[in-house]
Amino acid sequence: MADATDAKAPTQRRNALQSLEIDTRLLGMIGAFIVVALVFNVLTEGRFLTPRNIFNLTIQTVSVAIMATGMVFVIVTRHIDLSVGSLLATCSAVMAMLQTSWLVGEAMPLGSAALPWLAIVGGLVVGTLIGAFNGWLVGYLTIPAFIVTLGGLLVWRNVAWYLTTGQTIGPLDETFQAFGGISGTLGAQWSWIIGAVATVIALVGLFSARRTKITHEFSVKPVWAEAVVAIVVVVGIMGFVWVLNSYDLPERVLAREFQAAGQEMPEGYREAYGLPISVLLLIAVAIVMTVVAQRTRFGRYIFATGGNPDAAELSGINTRLLTVKIFALMGFLCALSAVVASARLTFHSNDIGTLDELRVIAAAVIGGTALSGGIGTIYGAILGALIMQSLQSGMAMVGVDAPYQNIVVGSVLILAVYVDILYRRKTGA
Amino acid sequence: MSTPLVELNDISISFGGIQAVDHVTVDLYPGEVVGLLGHNGAGKSTLIKCLSGAYQMDSGEIKINGKTATINNPRDARRYNIETIYQTLALADNLDATANLFLGREIVSPFGMVSDATMEAETRKIMSRLNPNFKKFSAPVSALSGGQRQSVAIARAVYFNAKILIMDEPTAALGPQETRMVAELIQELKRQGLGIFLIDHDVHQVKNLCDRAAVMKNGQLVGVVKVDEVSEDDLLAMIILGKKPEHLAA
Repeated sequence: MADATDAKAPTQRRNALQSLEIDTRLLGMIGAFIVVALVFNVLTEGRFLTPRNIFNLTIQTVSVAIMATGMVFVIVTRHIDLSVGSLLATCSAVMAMLQTSWLVGEAMPLGSAALPWLAIVGGLVVGTLIGAFNGWLVGYLTIPAFIVTLGGLLVWRNVAWYLTTGQTIGPLDETFQAFGGISGTLGAQWSWIIGAVATVIALVGLFSARRTKITHEFSVKPVWAEAVVAIVVVVGIMGFVWVLNSYDLPERVLAREFQAAGQEMPEGYREAYGLPISVLLLIAVAIVMTVVAQRTRFGRYIFATGGNPDAAELSGINTRLLTVKIFALMGFLCALSAVVASARLTFHSNDIGTLDELRVIAAAVIGGTALSGGIGTIYGAILGALIMQSLQSGMAMVGVDAPYQNIVVGSVLILAVYVDILYRRKTGA
Repeated sequence: MSTPLVELNDISISFGGIQAVDHVTVDLYPGEVVGLLGHNGAGKSTLIKCLSGAYQMDSGEIKINGKTATINNPRDARRYNIETIYQTLALADNLDATANLFLGREIVSPFGMVSDATMEAETRKIMSRLNPNFKKFSAPVSALSGGQRQSVAIARAVYFNAKILIMDEPTAALGPQETRMVAELIQELKRQGLGIFLIDHDVHQVKNLCDRAAVMKNGQLVGVVKVDEVSEDDLLAMIILGKKPEHLAA
């Protein structure tokens, strides 16, 4: 994305930025996101940046963002996965059938506590196996990933159809629906607690990273720079929690709950939604995937293979097995997204995940993942998904016709990649 | 004489009907540098890739320290302490020097996380010995000069206690000063008892650095000679004409 630092800015400011050691690409993406948000906020007369809309925006982004993190690994190793939307549909169909029909019997009637969990495990296993199969076709049979997953796009979409004989399956189990967003939130108190814990972990992480550098006598950034980063992190985390905690449940919903419990609702009583479970799931995926990318051999080999496949092979990396693992991980994440997507709808439908492959690839690419391989970040892909979703729902709020929305999103994709090319040329990265 | 470190016995390999290496036998002793000479396409790189695990030979036998060795891939070669510096350097351009040096052999913490700080400290140590001017430890190697990239590739081969070192035209992309540095390194490694196969085009350099030279032409071995017993012209004649010099031909 665009480089937010102005080349003509005074030297002092550039030095300050350098000593902060902040990724200018990340800064550019956040800048682009803020611009998008502010523009829509003006166009919608302040309706875009309300707690309610931000809440909706985050839960709408989760499904695509989870898959986009896996797509980063796929694209970094110079492959592509066009089958993610169809894979999501198959996993969703499997999970819907498991919890409404296949597992249901005398031993386990509808509504059993174990039902949704067994369904989720079943879906995750299926997704991982299909992904591994794709990876085997690509890695060991050396069929191009484009072809394998183009075929998969058709195959799995229609396997999903056969599993449900084309029917819409629902309503899904209530516990299962908690992963969808609005029907599964933590409330204000737990959201604050989680925010505080996350803040402490982040600060400890920053501190220990600095200490490691000092013990190895590497150069560290000045203390003021560390402090600025720490403040940004604290404000970011707690601000996000505060926004989500400012979105209250509608009064009539609360009144109904009190009525059901046979109680009178106290005057002026309010209750906030807080952090949705689906957003927590995305944050957990983002953290795990970032650690995998930066701190594990698996991640190191993914980037090495993307940078130079021959060198990776000659360094003793089993690149074929690596391909299987990457696609298996992609399949697993598709299944995870299927949980979120079908839970949000409260049912499984045939067209679930349609065109998601394009949204996921676009999110990864807008997030700075290079199709030529070797370059990409997890946070970039998530921000990419968020920017895409903001454009889409922002235009819907402004009242732009659906065809125009797609025209704009498509143009933005091309423009974003062009800006990225210019950025790389300038920085030599 | 003692047991050879490496024996390549009667090695053959062909690609789609072309006999790239045709029944070639070469050996290498500890503390010795054997030069491999020949035109482009003479089969020297192909022969040596059978030893480094990049290719698999069709027939023949590899012995390490007198024992038959099975080398099917680069991982096997590393187990026999065979390290290779490829002509293309085989570096992942998007990663930094540390990541490249430890690629495939990362130092990991008890939790399975790669210990970047420890590895960078090790990289700094070995680079200060090989190339004291090297400072770009956190830049991707694509941002390095040819000589700096070469020192990363060499550091990778040397760091892991290689016993057998294969160098495929290590000075092809280097300036005079850096070439001298590589020459000094070869002498030092030789003193430490490593066996080195040096693939090179430069007859002069082979004569200076090597103990023996094996000359190949069209996939066949022309002959193995002690460099002290031949002139540069003799070596050139072997490369071009494919015949051993008359005073050595038995």
